[in-house]
Amino acid sequence: MSKIIIVGGGECGARAAFALREQGFNGDITLIGAEPHLPYERPPLSKTGLASAAPPQYVAGPARYEEARITILTGVPVDTVDRQSKLVRLSDGRKFPYDQLLLATGARPRPFAGVSGDPGLGRICMLRNHGDAVAIHEALAPGKSLAVVGGGFIGLEIAATARKLGAEVLLIESSPRVLSRGVPAEIAKVVTERHRQEGVNILCGEQITSIATENDKVQILFANGTTRLADIVVVGIGVIPNVELAEAAGLLIDNGIAVDATLRTSDPDIFAAGDCCSFPLSHYRERRVRLEAWRNAQDQGMLVAANLLGRGLAIASVPWFWSDQYELTLQIAGLSDGAATTVRRDLDQGAFILFHLDGEDRLIAASGIGPGNAVARDIRLAEMLIAAKRRLDPEALASPKTNLKKLLAA
Amino acid sequence: MSQGWVEVCGVDDIDEEDLIRFDHDGRTFAVYRSSDGGYYATDGLCTHEQIHLADGLVMDEIIECPKHNGRFNYKTGEAMGAPVCVNLKTYPAKVEAGTVFIAIS
Repeated sequence: MSKIIIVGGGECGARAAFALREQGFNGDITLIGAEPHLPYERPPLSKTGLASAAPPQYVAGPARYEEARITILTGVPVDTVDRQSKLVRLSDGRKFPYDQLLLATGARPRPFAGVSGDPGLGRICMLRNHGDAVAIHEALAPGKSLAVVGGGFIGLEIAATARKLGAEVLLIESSPRVLSRGVPAEIAKVVTERHRQEGVNILCGEQITSIATENDKVQILFANGTTRLADIVVVGIGVIPNVELAEAAGLLIDNGIAVDATLRTSDPDIFAAGDCCSFPLSHYRERRVRLEAWRNAQDQGMLVAANLLGRGLAIASVPWFWSDQYELTLQIAGLSDGAATTVRRDLDQGAFILFHLDGEDRLIAASGIGPGNAVARDIRLAEMLIAAKRRLDPEALASPKTNLKKLLAA
Repeated sequence: MSQGWVEVCGVDDIDEEDLIRFDHDGRTFAVYRSSDGGYYATDGLCTHEQIHLADGLVMDEIIECPKHNGRFNYKTGEAMGAPVCVNLKTYPAKVEAGTVFIAIS
């Protein structure tokens, strides 16, 4: 009977495992995760996870794995993939044969090179897993001071949650503004203002030389010679794809495990999906990208399941990201760099959407922000308009009276 | 126990192929008008993370949650795949004299 092994117990690996069964696979499915938990959702870690240190939000309970006949091994890293013998060897010495292998190994936080002292004291942290969220939660309390290094989604979400817990928050970003990667300045400005209203001290354009523990504090030294002290520092400066296993097995690497449009690696019996892989994006002239996003992990998990079963489907989804901070939700569909025109559509409650079009008036991205789900419906429709490669009138997009659903149907 | 029919809104208060939120007696519902003029009702919160479905998008017979794109068939309540796996409860809906009613049980 055919055996499929999935390495990586995150959202992507778990979705792929269930999708294999849903799509009719009858062979053996083994899901191997390095973390001690069953697969859980990572987006809550910087929000409710950090706010309450609640148990992880599992993708599925143990009974569902049993029903789906998915063998799940947790708390055990994979050491090597032997492509000649088609064997996966675990760190505890066990070996498992495979007919097809899926690498959904995810990514890990990029460490800050200038950290010194003992990070084991729990005062210099990064956030990727449930244990990290619990550790940061326990270190935060009213009156404690937190410094966040990095003004991306993770850093800002941590800052918002820490303010809710009553901590004093300093956020340091080396670029001239927060959210400098993929988020328009107009939206970053709203986010910055909202954080400042909440009392977050945001410093942009500041280079940090070193972060070091010093007695019961952490000292941050800036390139301009000044220093700041905090009780706890969280570093959120991006992630590194976990490619080591694939690299050691001789697979092609290119900003992640390189896969084709069907998520197949340079070995025809091995696929990769989620944060760990880079792939060509058909809506953006086959540009190779690696996406670090929940929706991508989920979509690719389901797509790769179909392709493990020989369906040969190409990735057709449009990148989609979201972030929650305070009452605000920011959503982005598509990639906005390279836009020739941007028009703004104002909605109720101060919400707005920026539509980004190319030189031929095709929608390539839409970025929106507002309270609650104020922008959700229009961003979802924008995502479909991007996929449809529809040429659109920028003025019509700017008018809130224009029904995007009708544009899609036109 | 059935509480019988509850008045929701006028027929034109819901756009074609759209939905509204309807709160009643401490509960929240989603009430839909299909493109062929039918009216339907389900529980108002996504079974994944309890987000109000009324901000979501209706296309064909599907309601999609605004937060994480959980999808349900609003006529049957059936969950259409990840990230949702628990169906929505559905409720009978009817129109009388230009007014939409749903039966809450």
